[in-house]
Amino acid sequence: MPAGISPFSCANGGGRRYSGIMSNTSSTLDVRIWRGGEDGAFQPFSVPRQEHQTVLDVVTYVQRELDPTLAYRFACRVGMCGSCGMTVNGRPRWTCRTHVETATRGSDVLELAPLRSLPIIRDLVTDMTPFFEKWQTAQGRATGSKTRADDTQKIDPASPRRQAADAAIECINCGVCYAACDVVASDPDYLGPAALNRAWTLMNDDREADRAGVLEAATAGGGCHSCHSHGSCVEHCPVGLNPSAGIAGLKRLSLLAMVGGKI
Amino acid sequence: MQAAALLFLAQRASALVLAPLVLVHLGLAIYAIHGGLTAAEILGRTQGSAAWTLFYGLFVVAAAVHAPIGLRNVLREWLGLKGLGVNLVLVGFGAVLLLLGLRAVAAVTGI
Repeated sequence: MPAGISPFSCANGGGRRYSGIMSNTSSTLDVRIWRGGEDGAFQPFSVPRQEHQTVLDVVTYVQRELDPTLAYRFACRVGMCGSCGMTVNGRPRWTCRTHVETATRGSDVLELAPLRSLPIIRDLVTDMTPFFEKWQTAQGRATGSKTRADDTQKIDPASPRRQAADAAIECINCGVCYAACDVVASDPDYLGPAALNRAWTLMNDDREADRAGVLEAATAGGGCHSCHSHGSCVEHCPVGLNPSAGIAGLKRLSLLAMVGGKI
Repeated sequence: MQAAALLFLAQRASALVLAPLVLVHLGLAIYAIHGGLTAAEILGRTQGSAAWTLFYGLFVVAAAVHAPIGLRNVLREWLGLKGLGVNLVLVGFGAVLLLLGLRAVAAVTGI
């Protein structure tokens, strides 16, 4: 990588709220997109501005109209699939539901890079393998105990544990929290907010048959105790989840289990 | 028992012990300086005192537990140092803190 160039440099801070104001902006957007792999560089493009234009719209325009070799990843375009995560003006975001206005905060500069802390395949596409492998390491998968001959298990939606699970369950696996987390960036063993958030939902799911295994996996080295509670995951989660709270819950459960001699 | 959970608990528990001790220690230092106490006057109050021996003895033990765990996290995350070797060095670091600290406590209290 050339000295001083990083796909994660911040050209422009980036705010959260969409102002809806198009005034004081020019009719074209100065777009800089990361090209190549880890040793790549930013390439400039000029893209016409449109009202309510999303960041994904901009990337799609570049690929369709300016450079068909641009690699990026998306699927649903409506914030459900979690595949369009990118670093937008220094912040990890879901690009299909981020308006250009929000990301640029009124400027004309839009800098797009792949998500941080994941290997770059090419351009805006990262290799998500480490992210999903850590889900498995955290045992972020349901283990059942019933067969199809059994009745459906009754779960009280109002029970505190179910409510805790519901509050964390809507993760779309976009990797934005993973890219936002400074502990992930500095400790390759750390499982990350998404995997631990999933473990937390399982710990609160009465149908989960191996809660002891989940807790052990989520508590081991690189697990919940590596979290510094910076809250970057909470700040950046596009669907408004609070992985920090779930990780704090896992810490609490693990200490109780340790005092009780269960782990 | 999970080492990560045990270290987490040990660091928090030692911090819980250290917090009030550090405040008292700082208050004491300010009081001693403002009062213009000489070293001889300070030693006159601490020599043979079971209370000060207990206070600073606990301080040293808590610090010897707390500091190496925090340093371990710093070495892991900032320098990428891991493994048994690093853990052993940190155990040694804790032992040095403990020995030097207890030696100082013994010198100040004479016990």
